[in-house]
Order: sequence, then C-alpha cells, then structure tokens
Amino acid sequence: MKLVYFAWVRERIGKAEEEIALPAEIGTVGDLLSWLQTRGATYEAALQHPETIRVAIDHEHVEHHAPLSGASEIALFPPMTGG
Amino acid sequence: MSRPAAPQVRIQKGDFDIAAEIAALSTGRTDIGAVVTFSGICRDDGGRLSALELEHYPGMAEAEIERIARQATDRWPLTHLTVIHRFGVITPGENIVLVLTASTHREAAFDAAAFVMDFLKTRAPFWKKEHLKDGSKGNWIEARETDDASARRWRG
Repeated sequence: MKLVYFAWVRERIGKAEEEIALPAEIGTVGDLLSWLQTRGATYEAALQHPETIRVAIDHEHVEHHAPLSGASEIALFPPMTGG
Repeated sequence: MSRPAAPQVRIQKGDFDIAAEIAALSTGRTDIGAVVTFSGICRDDGGRLSALELEHYPGMAEAEIERIARQATDRWPLTHLTVIHRFGVITPGENIVLVLTASTHREAAFDAAAFVMDFLKTRAPFWKKEHLKDGSKGNWIEARETDDASARRWRG
C-alpha cells in the first residue's frame, strides 16, 4: 500500500511517499494513524494530534472511521488552505 | 434550459487570462445573461511576505474540484463553469485561483461562484507556505474556522 504525505505532514515525517505493508489488524484510517505514530519520532511529531490530520483514500476524502480495505493510495495531510 | 457543458477544471503552474477565459465561453452565444468571475490573488500580508508557495496533491486536486464543480452545475442552471487553480511559487499581486460562472440570470452565477470557492477552500488539496521578505521560509498557513463556516452555510 502506498502512503503519500503533504505540507507539514510531509516535512515532519521527512518523506513524500512510501510503500508500507500493513499489519493485518489495521482496519481503519484511525488504526493506521495510531500505528504510524509507533514507527518513530518523525511520525510521532507529524501525527501527535491525529484529530487534525485529514485523510484521502484513492483521491477521495474519508473520515477516520473509514475502512482501509481495497485502498491502493492513502494520503495524509493538514487541513487545506487553497483558494 | 439545456444541460450545461461539463465544468472546465485546470490545475496549472502558469498564470491565466481572465478576459480570454470569458471570451472562450461567450463567443458566438447570445443566451448568456450573466458572467461572474472570482479571482483569488496573492497578497503580501502587510509587507511581510515575498511569496506564497502552493503545494497540491496532483490527481486529487483535479478530482476534488471536479466533484465540487459538478455539485454546482447540478444545483444551479449554469451554462458554463471554469475553475483554474495555480500551484508553485506565487508572488504578491499574482493570480492564484479563478472561478468563472455563466448563466442566464445573475443569481445562479453569483451563488454558484461563491459555493465553488467555499468548498474549494475547505476540500481542495492545496496548502500554502509563506516565504518571508527576509528570505526565510515562514509557516504553513493555518486553515480558518470561518472557511468551514462558509462551506456549512450551503447545507440543506
């Protein structure tokens, strides 16, 4: 599964994207955010306030309770500031 | 009223020409009674900023703005809807975004343009980073609660 990061999430994690093999027990977006925080200090810094992190699966916004099944690209980013 | 043309959505690095965009949709037509354009322009925030750097999520930026645009053409009788959003480093005074709506009457054109901007601000995957006058990189601009409130007013 491909993870992509944008803006300060990308800067704090220190990479724009990565391929990750998820443990089987990671079922939802919320599970993923909790699990990523255990992967090291950079992830912890980026995701310390998970409620502020917005998530998209395959280019569509999803809530944190959304299931990950079938996802090929998951994006994590801050609230958007375009326009 | 006939089905409107599909919304035109462009995500690009370069600038756009507002007059040319209006001409492109109105040339040869006599049924358009109202054209509304909104352009969002980079400002220097009281002289503090040398530029804004706009990051976007390629693929999703187009897809999300197209979803917003289709909601607008479903909700209002528009003859045209064009949305152009730039990315990259943009200096004060330069264009960032254009929303252009055309309709028979002004209400639909005004309301649809405001609707598209309100949802674009809160849902289109773009992020602005400040470049400061002293040459340093500033902060990522924070999302504003007032923008969420603006988007909520279109519910129901």
